[in-house]
Amino acid sequence: MSAPSNGPVTVWVPRDSAAVSVGADEVAAALKAAAAAHGRDVRLVRTGTRGMLWLEPFVEVETPAGRVGYGPVAARDVDRLVADGLLDGVPTGPAHGPVEEIAWLRDQHRLCLARVGVVDPLSPDDYLAHGGLAGLRRALSLEPAQVVEEVVESGLRGRGGAGFPAGIKWRTVAEAEEAQGGGTTYVCCNADEGDSGTFADRVVLEGDPFALIEGMVVAGYAVGAHEGYVYLRSEYPDAAAVLRRAIALAHERGWLGDDVLGSGFGFELHLRMGAGAYICGEETSMLESLEGRRGTVRAKPPIPALVGLFGRPTVVNNLLTLVSVPAILADGGAAYAALGVERSRGTQVFQLAGNVARGGLVETPFGVTLHDLVHGWGGGTRSGRPLRAVQVGGPLGSYVPADGLDLPTDYEALAAAGAMLGHGGLVLFDDTVDMASMARFAMEFCAEESCGKCTPCRVGAVRGVEVIDRITAGVDPDDNLTLLGDLCDLMTEGSLCAMGGLTPNPVRSALRHFPDDFTARTSPAPPQGTP
Amino acid sequence: MVDEHRHEPGNLLVVLLDLQQRLGHLDPALVPVVAHELNLSRAEVHGVITFYRDLRTTPPAPVRVRLCRAEACASVGAEALVSDVGERLGARLGGTTPDGQVSLEEVFCLGNCALGPSGQVDGRVHGRLDADRVLDLVARARP
Ligand SMILES: Cc1cc2nc3c(=O)[nH]c(=O)nc-3n(C[C@H](O)[C@H](O)[C@H](O)COP(=O)(O)O)c2cc1C
Ligand code: FES
Repeated sequence: MSAPSNGPVTVWVPRDSAAVSVGADEVAAALKAAAAAHGRDVRLVRTGTRGMLWLEPFVEVETPAGRVGYGPVAARDVDRLVADGLLDGVPTGPAHGPVEEIAWLRDQHRLCLARVGVVDPLSPDDYLAHGGLAGLRRALSLEPAQVVEEVVESGLRGRGGAGFPAGIKWRTVAEAEEAQGGGTTYVCCNADEGDSGTFADRVVLEGDPFALIEGMVVAGYAVGAHEGYVYLRSEYPDAAAVLRRAIALAHERGWLGDDVLGSGFGFELHLRMGAGAYICGEETSMLESLEGRRGTVRAKPPIPALVGLFGRPTVVNNLLTLVSVPAILADGGAAYAALGVERSRGTQVFQLAGNVARGGLVETPFGVTLHDLVHGWGGGTRSGRPLRAVQVGGPLGSYVPADGLDLPTDYEALAAAGAMLGHGGLVLFDDTVDMASMARFAMEFCAEESCGKCTPCRVGAVRGVEVIDRITAGVDPDDNLTLLGDLCDLMTEGSLCAMGGLTPNPVRSALRHFPDDFTARTSPAPPQGTP
Repeated sequence: MVDEHRHEPGNLLVVLLDLQQRLGHLDPALVPVVAHELNLSRAEVHGVITFYRDLRTTPPAPVRVRLCRAEACASVGAEALVSDVGERLGARLGGTTPDGQVSLEEVFCLGNCALGPSGQVDGRVHGRLDADRVLDLVARARP
């Protein structure tokens, strides 16, 4: 039934590495081949992902009624789908109709993700056509101090985990710069994203890199910094390639360089790669690594805002914090602050991961409950088995039991319930999970990734693994449970940074909610003293 | 080579990553050379090489398999995948196949946590892996 039209049909296929991990490149190639075989002219655009990862590879086709979607599409089915009218938007195969009307997407409030999956990530023209640079233009029309106050007013808090108010941090850096009579300051983007269950930084970088560049230039202008660094983990080579190219394009357009948009303000951006160390996501460790050293944690104070990169006042912000900034400047801090609840303002990009039926990226104002995220958007487990636990906030976050999800996503409310939001990752586990082995993994991970500078973290985690092994082997379980509690206290109180300080979160929450998993699994118990 | 980065502040890690990219690994004989060129002590250079998991002092196997063991992948069977693949390849985690052609490594999160279990074969990320698929990818990648 295909009625060949005049011009080429635009088809969008993600180039995001998650989509590619399940065959998007093969689908793109198959589409080209099928179009040629059927005598159709197509314009293939590779985008970021819409974040509906369970539907990847997700193909979108231009129609008079807008973009319509198909997914998951298998390369081997492409020829048949094209024969059945995919290029004309005919509802065939895994068709979802108009993409903007898919409830999962429609019910989100996308600011950070507004362009991701929509535009060609490396097209500056696409960026401009979809609202890019509005925030930077407005910022450059204000005094730097006014930009800082706009961010303060927005209520934006750091998305890297600690939730510190971004505007206050910027004000501290700006004032330090002034107090020191000018001189060098820096803006550093923390794109180390080491937490399991998180991938939003990567998706935004691969899908809308100019948004980060814009956010960093605004930050630089606000605090008087002319140089910025992006510290990116080595596990993200595709994101690195996209950002490298985007920086070059931004230079060509005058969005970076010594005269940004003709304002007279200059800003240079450098990309630095990590080398496989989780601890380098901790900000002082990241600064050490940026200076070319071992990524050992620095004692605080002094805080990086005062003594940061190369000893200079430095803004360190997570990638999502910085990417939130252009929208805040474009629409005003008050509009941003109108979203959210209590002291958690604006939108958060949640990441649904692990054993989840509909995994991906959900951006919505703070306050949505964990239950709505896990069961509403997430659709429960992928395995179809009963949900047992959700780890919220990465490897240093607590396990929340399936019946405890009626909690609003609000920094303070979660803290009061013994949980934390972290970088916004939610990892689902079904009823086959053994929580003692997850607790053991938390300790093992800490032992493996500790920078080694402080004893409670370095030695405590190694002991933690041994003690959990003894508990599950049935060796003096009562004494060893007490010992595990003491070890957790020691790590919480004595560690130099939150690596050792928060590792007890998953361990204690697993123990509290799932004590039965910590009983001996080898009956009969080995004789005392045997490890 | 070092000259390219000589004027970048804090350039040691950048230089080492670049050298490894070109040479495949960082031979211990490079340590005094790099130290001299960058005006650092050998201990500093050695210290950085030992700190970062990516930096290696021996050549990598021709085919590298890295399987994610972090929580999100664990929730969909990563531990079983690691042990199955290890058994079928005849390699333990951190080791290689008996012929030394394929290495099996662990990695903690590849940013593909909604489509696990995830892993990399020769640098390319693959999602929703099972042991058959890993073995198939390895067979294709073998020299
Ligand atoms: C062990 C550890 C790992 C961390 N990893 C990251 C990370 O990968 N990305 C990140 O943005 N922040 C990470 N943080 C938090 C940073 O130390 C810091 O709070 C953050 O980069 C500040 O930016 P924000 O205020 O915009 O969140 C980590 C902290 C700890 C203790
Ligand atoms: S936990 Fe395996 S890819 Fe993130």
